[in-house]
Amino acid sequence: MSHSNADGGALPSYLEVSGRRTGILGWILSTDHKRIGILYMSLILGFFLVALCIGLLMRLELLLPGPTIVQPNTYNALFTLHGVIMIFLFIVPGIPAMFGNFFLPIQIGAKDVSFPRLNLASWWLYAIGAIMALLSLFTGGGVPDTGWTFYVPFSLRTGTNVPLAVLAVFVMGFSSILTGLNFITTIHRLRAPGMSWFRMPLFVWSLYATAWIQILATPILGITVLLVFLERLFGIGLFDPAKGGDPLLYQHLFWIYSHPAVYIMILPAMGVISEIFPTFAKQKIFGYKAIAFSSLAIAFVGYLVWGHHMFTSGISDTSRWIFSLLTFIVAVPSGIKVFNWVATLYKGAIEVPPPMLFALSFIFLFSIGGLTGFVVGALATDIHIHDTYFVVAHFHYVMFGGVGIAIFAALLYWFPKMFGRMFRYRPFFISWVFIFVGFNTLYFPMFIMGWLGMPRRYYDYMPEFQIWHQISTVGSWLLATGVFIFFIYFVKSLRAPRGAPDNPWGGTTLEWRVPSPPPAENFIEIPTVTAGPYDHHGEGDA
Amino acid sequence: MEKKELVPYGTYIMIWFGLLVLTGVTIIAASLHFGQWSIMTAIAIATVKGALVLFIFMNLKREERLFKIMLSLALITMTVIMVLTFADISFR
Ligand code: HEM
Ligand SMILES: [Cu+2]
Repeated sequence: MSHSNADGGALPSYLEVSGRRTGILGWILSTDHKRIGILYMSLILGFFLVALCIGLLMRLELLLPGPTIVQPNTYNALFTLHGVIMIFLFIVPGIPAMFGNFFLPIQIGAKDVSFPRLNLASWWLYAIGAIMALLSLFTGGGVPDTGWTFYVPFSLRTGTNVPLAVLAVFVMGFSSILTGLNFITTIHRLRAPGMSWFRMPLFVWSLYATAWIQILATPILGITVLLVFLERLFGIGLFDPAKGGDPLLYQHLFWIYSHPAVYIMILPAMGVISEIFPTFAKQKIFGYKAIAFSSLAIAFVGYLVWGHHMFTSGISDTSRWIFSLLTFIVAVPSGIKVFNWVATLYKGAIEVPPPMLFALSFIFLFSIGGLTGFVVGALATDIHIHDTYFVVAHFHYVMFGGVGIAIFAALLYWFPKMFGRMFRYRPFFISWVFIFVGFNTLYFPMFIMGWLGMPRRYYDYMPEFQIWHQISTVGSWLLATGVFIFFIYFVKSLRAPRGAPDNPWGGTTLEWRVPSPPPAENFIEIPTVTAGPYDHHGEGDA
Repeated sequence: MEKKELVPYGTYIMIWFGLLVLTGVTIIAASLHFGQWSIMTAIAIATVKGALVLFIFMNLKREERLFKIMLSLALITMTVIMVLTFADISFR
């Protein structure tokens, strides 16, 4: 099946052109950035659903006090597994790997990324890392029970299979680094004629800022987990105080990566929102440069706030107030973005099909997550709520309510382009109701019980917390129902008849000017760009 | 960039030897027990090594300006990160 391009030529789409090999090999050995995006998508979404089910099991355990379905050790393994999969296999690669790969080259008018083979290698590293993570569950001492943070000294002493798990993280880290490298080079080198920096779509800007974090921060995680590995194997004594090491050094190194990593997650999500809002409000984005530069500002200041995870760990008082102050500063560029998105809606001709509905809920949920970030970022209040369910609520609002919801929005927004098919709106509206109501029922009670003193990472609780836990568990069922409806209809829509229009939503960026699905090399002729990315009125080229 | 004369292989090999020598210097310096300054020495040598790799192996020397600016921002960030970490330890 082929599509006619605006230029009149008919080109087979990337779904038909498999390169030198056919069948499954034509996918897993393809260097086409679009195929690689889809490869990532199948794994990433698969892992998401697995980790979601583990989350459901944890919530089920917490329905009643005492052992309900699992023993304490199993619960420890469950939250570790849930956290590791959600973070390292789902949300960190998430948007850049799936949509960045697919749309970055198209949005800047390029045929592919700068290093297509390296791109494929990144996917393989991700897949190999994932396999290693899976192996770690069944080999050695069994499922790691340290939490996704692998804190020493426990990670040095536990008998579970920490070594293989941290090696898996190491390998997946390389996937992330190489993707970042590829994107930076692509953006510097392969922009189409006329695609100046300030004509790039904001999604590209967000990927650019993210890529710098991937390159700079991820090696620190890599070396840190490697040091844990070496310390376990050879007892080198970097973190063990008995040997002159410093356990706080581990926490520093870990969070020097892991705080910027939350921006690896959220910046591309913000990029997605910056694409969807102008399309459905039929308006130019408000404050283009402010949004673009705030991405860079977040990337920069985001490096300097990691200590807010260590307020109660025994770091120096001086560091504590410095990190608390810096944390407040990093909120400013995020605030700028939220105000700009809202201003984009002002006086717009707003339509609300499913992708826009999810994008709008992003603003609501992310704002709750972001504002409660002040509560945990303020030194005094954090002493009270550190390691409680308040934190669990906060980061689920940011990561799931923010990034997760943005992924849902992106899946729907770009679905017609990626697969050349349309979906029916109704099932996704219904799924949205379950997701939105379920989400808040699941996580809002966690703020309350956290504030009341319910610690995180416990399989049991005092009777006064029972009501909140039960509401929360019911919420998890609603949410999961919504997510399953979403994915059932997502897969069903993959079998809808072909024939999505090239530009179903009236988008203005370059991906909407190529056929749906795009041909193998995206453009018959590299376009020449003559206008900014969100020009709804002029007849500009971009 | 447009006119890209290749760096002669000889230069690469010289740099490689330079890196080996500097690695040796790092090890010797570490065994001299400079006390407080031993970390600074190691970082200084590592910076020189990094610069050699960046500017010559990775050809940053002839890269566009914007790229150099972005990279120096990255380096500044790394420096601030180290300063913040060290600051914690000295104030503890
Ligand atoms: C239906 C969906 C989900 C449910 C029911 C759920 C539930 C939970 C529960 C019960 C915990 C353990 C709290 C504790 O005992 O401390 C937890 C921890 C966690 N969740 Fe989720 N969650 C879900 C989705 C997500 C998503 C989408 C992400 C990230 C993208 C995520 C990331 C995490 C992380 C990082 C932890 C911390 C693990 C640790 O303590 O090491 N979760 N979640
Ligand atoms: Cu943080």
